[in-house]
Amino acid sequence: MVSVVNEMATNGADDARNTLTLGPLLFNWSPEQWRDYHHRIADEAPVERVCVGEVVCSKRLPFYEDDIPGVIERLQRGGKTVVLSSLALPTTARERGMIRDLVAMPGVVVEANDVSACGPLAGRPHAIGPLINVYNEGTLAFMEKQGAVLVCLPPELPLAAIGALAGAARTAVVETWAFGRAPLAISARCYHARVHGLAKDSCQFICNQDPDGLAVDTLEGKEFLSVNGVQTLSRTVVNHVADLGTLTARGVRAFRLSPHTCDMVAVAQVFRDVLDGAITGAEGEARIAALMPGAIFANGFLHGRPGHQRVAAAAG
Amino acid sequence: MTTTYTAPAPSAAWKPKGRLELVCPAGTPAAMRAAIEAGADSVYCGFADETNARNFPGLNFSPAEMAEGVAHAHKRGVKVLVAVNTFPRAGEPAAWHRAIDTIAECGGDAAIVADIGLLDYAAEKHPRLRLHLSVQAAAANPEAIGFYVERFGVKRVVLPRVLTVAEIAALNREIACETEVFVFGGLCVMAEGRCSLSSYATGCSPNMNGVCSPPSHITYAQERGEFVSRLGEFLINKVPGGQPMPYPTLCKGRFSANGETAHIFEDPASLDASLLIPPLADAGVTALKIEGRQRSRSYTDAVVRALRGALDAHARGLPIDSRPLMALSEGASTTRGAYQKTWR
Repeated sequence: MVSVVNEMATNGADDARNTLTLGPLLFNWSPEQWRDYHHRIADEAPVERVCVGEVVCSKRLPFYEDDIPGVIERLQRGGKTVVLSSLALPTTARERGMIRDLVAMPGVVVEANDVSACGPLAGRPHAIGPLINVYNEGTLAFMEKQGAVLVCLPPELPLAAIGALAGAARTAVVETWAFGRAPLAISARCYHARVHGLAKDSCQFICNQDPDGLAVDTLEGKEFLSVNGVQTLSRTVVNHVADLGTLTARGVRAFRLSPHTCDMVAVAQVFRDVLDGAITGAEGEARIAALMPGAIFANGFLHGRPGHQRVAAAAG
Repeated sequence: MTTTYTAPAPSAAWKPKGRLELVCPAGTPAAMRAAIEAGADSVYCGFADETNARNFPGLNFSPAEMAEGVAHAHKRGVKVLVAVNTFPRAGEPAAWHRAIDTIAECGGDAAIVADIGLLDYAAEKHPRLRLHLSVQAAAANPEAIGFYVERFGVKRVVLPRVLTVAEIAALNREIACETEVFVFGGLCVMAEGRCSLSSYATGCSPNMNGVCSPPSHITYAQERGEFVSRLGEFLINKVPGGQPMPYPTLCKGRFSANGETAHIFEDPASLDASLLIPPLADAGVTALKIEGRQRSRSYTDAVVRALRGALDAHARGLPIDSRPLMALSEGASTTRGAYQKTWR
């Protein structure tokens, strides 16, 4: 526990080291896929932190929860800091109890994805996930006072706000969304069930058919959104690999990669290479595009534009 | 039209025991007066800038209008709740801090706030200012609500539209503050304050700019005999020529998924929970909120009168007549939303 806390705490705002975090897997993959993915990340991915846990739908958890302790151990053996991510919208008594289970696990940092987790986590080092609204210095300072050591900002924040927050952070590492479909909304209603004419309570886990989300198009066939159970994500894949220079110049030192079915070890390696100056941002973009054929990439939020848009990054 | 309703005196306790408080929208000073005339117990409003989540042209109050509005409302025994419920912009919190200061200065009865940093500011700087947690904070369970009550002394939470009546009843048994729930008007299908759909399509966000699916980004066109609406670059709906087009709110649009064309997220229905007033009262709810600060003064008058009638009927043990409200619903279809579990 101490070493984990030290890793998080000493990696403060003044530390120049750039780090990568693999966010929690947001989709409903088979237990085998879930385990294989985490094992491969543990053994091969050049990332500092890995988030594990169910953020979107508590009904998915029983399929893989028995594998979680083994995965944590393997990730730690692989030198990764393990972050346990909490549920985004806990409502039932069982869901509310899940945070107590997370808080009780030794040797890990827990990431709050709903304010309900902030009370139980106060007074101990913890992380604040991107689904909690940290939009300004006042909120960031309050979260730091409560013990937050890692704060992943909401994906819709523009560069000016990100820079201001990275500059204002005193004890927490400020992290930004760097790769993957952006989480845009969370609801009590399950859209996967609704699209399939099912009720949420008897959903047949139909979201397992769409390991990167169910495509939602406009009536004229334009690609628009992705449905993932109770969550709605962007259809475009956020990709800030060519913006890393701009972000590090503003003081951002941690970047979140959100898992998809593409080769996430390779994605992480591209980000690592760009951060290390081994390849340019433009080369990084080309490599990411090759890893996700057919994907439409976007960075509009970062540039204060509609989130689905792509703005050409400055050279480098 | 007169009602049997008598507004409580300003010196009275916050709420006469056992009686539901009717919280009414006041998008403009004129709408505020209309709501007060029509029987509001409280009105809610905001300043004419990005500090509130209904930041539309022609709406809202200047600081001087707010002071006048508060004075007028207090003369009539009506409370004024002021929404400062967007999330302050990093590096530029001054406008949000000033809004909180102004509420305290002009005697507003409560500030409705969503942002943790701003709650911290208000609690520290104006410890006597009553704080309500905005629906934009989407606090949906006892632990989240407890966080705000314990840290900032929040006295009331406006519940997100994700809970069933039974869940609200259970919640009220576990929390140390009042609850306010939406009874009528527009319906967010996403957890409020946790939705970036609008900024994904337009760059303008409820959390940062106080707008959702803003009119400035909407276009209408006739295409091949059909009437289409777009939000930014995205087609939200199309209807045969001559038929009415609902306002193209992103989550109420028609899209295609899995080979089907449908209202993937929600039908263009509005919330009408008037028939749920008795169970909501039994669930321990303190206040019922009418959505619609963006609506006209005449709409405000009509909707407040209709709900005043419903609440008065309930107080006298009479059945609730929902017909006056049916005529006021957008798209003429209504839903009880998440209050009934099958909605999910």
